[in-house]
Amino acid sequence: MADAESALAEHFEELPQQRDAAKLGMWTFIATEVLFFGDLFMGYIVNRLAYPQAFALASHHTVVLFGTINTAILLTSGLTMALSIHAARADNLKLSGRFVLLTIALGLAFLAVKGLEYHEDFHEHLWPGSHFRPDLPAQAQIFWFLYWVMTGVHSVHVIAGVLVLCIIAWMIARGRFSAEYHTPLEMTGLYWAFVDVIWIYLYPLLYLINRYAAS
Amino acid sequence: MLSKKAYIGIWAALLGLLLATYLLANVRLGPFNNVIALAIAVTQMTLVALFFMHVRYEKALTWVFVCAGVIWLLIMFNFTLADYLTRPGPLHHIVNNRVGP
Repeated sequence: MADAESALAEHFEELPQQRDAAKLGMWTFIATEVLFFGDLFMGYIVNRLAYPQAFALASHHTVVLFGTINTAILLTSGLTMALSIHAARADNLKLSGRFVLLTIALGLAFLAVKGLEYHEDFHEHLWPGSHFRPDLPAQAQIFWFLYWVMTGVHSVHVIAGVLVLCIIAWMIARGRFSAEYHTPLEMTGLYWAFVDVIWIYLYPLLYLINRYAAS
Repeated sequence: MLSKKAYIGIWAALLGLLLATYLLANVRLGPFNNVIALAIAVTQMTLVALFFMHVRYEKALTWVFVCAGVIWLLIMFNFTLADYLTRPGPLHHIVNNRVGP
């Protein structure tokens, strides 16, 4: 078990103070991430208001099955992440580590499904440019540009989350955490849930526009 | 703090909302399609933030930091749309009631 003294950095008085500082730092980082994704959502809003029909037609070519499965995977990974922190608070670090590994597996499953979907999108000529499907209006390329950038940047965040979770799993295995001190696990949990929240918005905005009209 | 059972309940609610947003997207509801999709997304985000991110149990100072991100985002949406909707450009027809592209 980790010694609470060794986890305390010298510029802090006590562990709760150190934990509060970490938390505010993490939420500040998340606020910058909100704005990082925010301008992409802004671009989406302006262009969808300008070209509603083209966006609806373009959206009908997304693979809804893959998108829905991935939403379920990410929501479930949010649960396993929360349960990992729950177990750490109860000083059950072994169970906490198992939930971290499960979260990593779900993150990799998300990326695998996304990879299959990207393959299909390429195959369907949905990459903006000279080879874009001629049966779609020209402005549909704006939708697909936003699709690739938004889901691409989101996937990069999932990859980063998986890598950080691997470090957390290693730290748990090395016995670095205890019920009193597992701040890195909690901070990674905040980041992971944020990545989850971005996808919660991407799913309806990219996959479900005027779904009832899709053939 | 929540019990393990409560976390699983939140997760079940999130998946239920996912099913609802998918099914309702397949029904023609006019402007309400967008309203419902966004209302469900906001509800899901709130559940994740309050319970999976433990905001529900945080001090007021943490709430200020959480809300700051959202408020700045809304400021960006607000001023950008105010600009696009009131100047000549791709969105001008929405307020000017002209036929759009």
